Amino acid sequence: MFDYGYYLRKEKFPHIWCAGCGDGTVLKAMLRAIHNLQLSKDEVVVVSGIGCSSRTPGYVDFNTLHTTHGRALTFATGIKLSKPHLKVIVVSGDGDGTAIGGNHFIHAARRNIDITMILYNNYIYGMTGGQASPTTPLGAFASTAPYGSIESNFNVSRLAEAAGATFVARGTAYHAAQLDRLIEKGIRNKGFSLIEVIVQCPTAFGRRNRYRNTLDMLHWQKEHAVPVQVAAKMSPEEMNGKFTTGVLVDKSRPEFTDLYEQLIDRVRTPR
Amino acid sequence: MRYEIRLSGSGGQGMILAGVILAEAAAIYDEKNATQSQSYGPEARGGASKSDVIISDEDIDYPKATNIDLLLALTQEACDKYICDLRKKAILIADSFRVLKMPEGDFRVFHLPILKTADEVVGKAIVANIVALGAIVEITGIVSREAIESAVMARVPRGTEDLNRKALTAGINIVRQYMKDAPGDSPLAS
Amino acid sequence: MFVQGNHACVLGALRAGCRFFAGYPITPSSEIMEILASELPKIGGKFIQMEDEIAAMGAVIGASLTGLKAMTATSGPGFSLKQENIGYAAMAEIPCVVVNVQRGGPSTGLPTQSSQADVQQARWGTHGDHEIIVLAPSTIPEIYTTTIWAFNYAERFRTPVILLLDEIIGHMREMLKIPPDDEIELWDRPRPECEPGDYRPYQMVDTDIPPMADFGSGYRYHVTGLCHDETGFPTNDPQIIDRVMRRLTRKISRYRDQIYRSRESNLEGSEIVLFSYGSTARAAKQAMDLLRREKLNVGLFRPVTIWPFPEEQVRKIARASRHIIVCEANMGQIVREVERISCSQTNVHLVNSMNGEPVTPSQIMEQVKEVY
Repeated sequence: MFDYGYYLRKEKFPHIWCAGCGDGTVLKAMLRAIHNLQLSKDEVVVVSGIGCSSRTPGYVDFNTLHTTHGRALTFATGIKLSKPHLKVIVVSGDGDGTAIGGNHFIHAARRNIDITMILYNNYIYGMTGGQASPTTPLGAFASTAPYGSIESNFNVSRLAEAAGATFVARGTAYHAAQLDRLIEKGIRNKGFSLIEVIVQCPTAFGRRNRYRNTLDMLHWQKEHAVPVQVAAKMSPEEMNGKFTTGVLVDKSRPEFTDLYEQLIDRVRTPR
Repeated sequence: MRYEIRLSGSGGQGMILAGVILAEAAAIYDEKNATQSQSYGPEARGGASKSDVIISDEDIDYPKATNIDLLLALTQEACDKYICDLRKKAILIADSFRVLKMPEGDFRVFHLPILKTADEVVGKAIVANIVALGAIVEITGIVSREAIESAVMARVPRGTEDLNRKALTAGINIVRQYMKDAPGDSPLAS
Repeated sequence: MFVQGNHACVLGALRAGCRFFAGYPITPSSEIMEILASELPKIGGKFIQMEDEIAAMGAVIGASLTGLKAMTATSGPGFSLKQENIGYAAMAEIPCVVVNVQRGGPSTGLPTQSSQADVQQARWGTHGDHEIIVLAPSTIPEIYTTTIWAFNYAERFRTPVILLLDEIIGHMREMLKIPPDDEIELWDRPRPECEPGDYRPYQMVDTDIPPMADFGSGYRYHVTGLCHDETGFPTNDPQIIDRVMRRLTRKISRYRDQIYRSRESNLEGSEIVLFSYGSTARAAKQAMDLLRREKLNVGLFRPVTIWPFPEEQVRKIARASRHIIVCEANMGQIVREVERISCSQTNVHLVNSMNGEPVTPSQIMEQVKEVY
């Protein structure tokens, strides 16, 4: 039996998440991935911004940093560049990571800095009360979209890929067992990694969008997630409304802090 | 004694670099006190550009020229804009091809072909600022010949030393020629 | 060396031990970033041009958490953008130096011209109650030493320090003689000596400045911008919050004597005292010298530490003088503070400029003669 307690700050429980929330599922998968990689707690830094997902660092026994809204990647960049041997993990949400923090998201990916970003995508601003986010689906309801959202939504994984991320994966809270492996691969990748996790928010999203309960939302995840290998054989019509899961991008490109160390060597070597 | 110099022209004419060189000649090589400050517009090229150099035996507090002893104007716009800041009996050095409407007032005028000399005698329009420095030093003696030459050599790109030395000399020569053509005026500032 | 103010700032920062810089291009501060891009790698330091001003401030805080002395530089619009994260550094007590080479504002304002209009923003720019240290040097040698002090204060008091330059002294050049080692003091942040298990990052200690551990050094702890207790974790307990907020203020106010830096000339027996700082103080000094040659009894008080405000000194001057003339390049920002402190014990006047042009010595002399 995996000992979560070893990695948790148990005195900080109970956590603030609602009953049925998917965030804890992701937290557990992250801990299993860190355990599988046999990282020491001292070498792991977990950085977050603001939002429900961003409370994750408070519960885990690493070097943890809860920053300002949307800015986790910028603090993480300072940490990683200063001490490249540290394993830096950023946890974020769809609002934090792709709205207020959208600029940092694309630039961290462009630099290919060795940071693993776990983005909990619940399609809504949970903590502030169910406002529409950049991933809220067209037509979905939110406290700021009372007549249904008229804005098109981001495909977060594709955005990361287009910006230059070298590892991109998508999972769901329902497929929890698969998450460990995706996060593990993301941390292992020397470069910018994004793991987008579809999580249920029964309180802010489910209630407004005709999901009867958490189970209903998990069922939706199960029905709409299509493994990337399976999706490859499906027609666009068959994929309509569904999303791919698994490793979407896994490639190699020089990493930023490596390049900077090389630059230091180059500058310091007398010609 | 505080001596205020303003070098003015348009962006890209090297007025700021000329100010830096002149101030370095005074501060580093002649061991006087000097400051250099500047004002410029948003354009990298064109637009008004000015560089103030203050040289003094005493501490320099205010770094801007407000009671100018010497104004260099390489454009009509600069000449018109800054002429009002000249003190009485000050020196005005204006480019004879770009400043056609010369202002009137109680100052000594040197109407010199600086840009033309850079282009035709030295062979590179870009060294007009160094030609101007040669002229300024010849007219005022505010820094020594050795100091200005050392300061120019320390600042210009490697491989352009001869060109810039030639520009400095050309600046000195146009003043001497000007004095010959207008023998009534005294060449050196008091 | 005959160097620009922005260059002197870089030299001071490197002397102080700055090993991390993150920035974003903005006039008239960009030289600081450009020179550091070239110099930091040579000494194994880290430089990064971030995607925006906010990101640069975030990266600086992250770097400081790992133990590096860290700095950013900006100007008006960028200073506005950085404010939220400056507040974070104040709340989480993370040392960092923020250079603001002031230009005209508000908004994009006058990118290539000078002002001193951010002097109140430097004090109150971020939301919430907090203390902060703000320094405003006047000469190129003083920029060098003040930058070192900015790092010293940031480290010892675990606080953001704002170094306020302006376009005039940022871009002007004068001689800088690098002081020898025995004239330079370098301070570091307090670091924990206890066992990691006993470490409380925001512990109430006698000094009011708890030791700060480097991320990755074995002391695992939590840092947040939320109100937090001694362990660093969020709390809503009013008693704890009260204690922490009072300590945050006290940890700077009780050390004000260590933080105050100022220059005084001819205060003794002067009925008129000029009060000026930054580049404008240069005009005030020249005005004073010229007036004294005319046998007018004029003195000059020039604070380098603007915040915390030199209240005691101003109170003393107010008691001893007939007039204080505040000279500053804004609509009248520090003059409010002088008026507040002097409590009508003297006449306070303002000589100012807000059109991109500096305050001139003759402007100041005119005002002195009017009230003399």
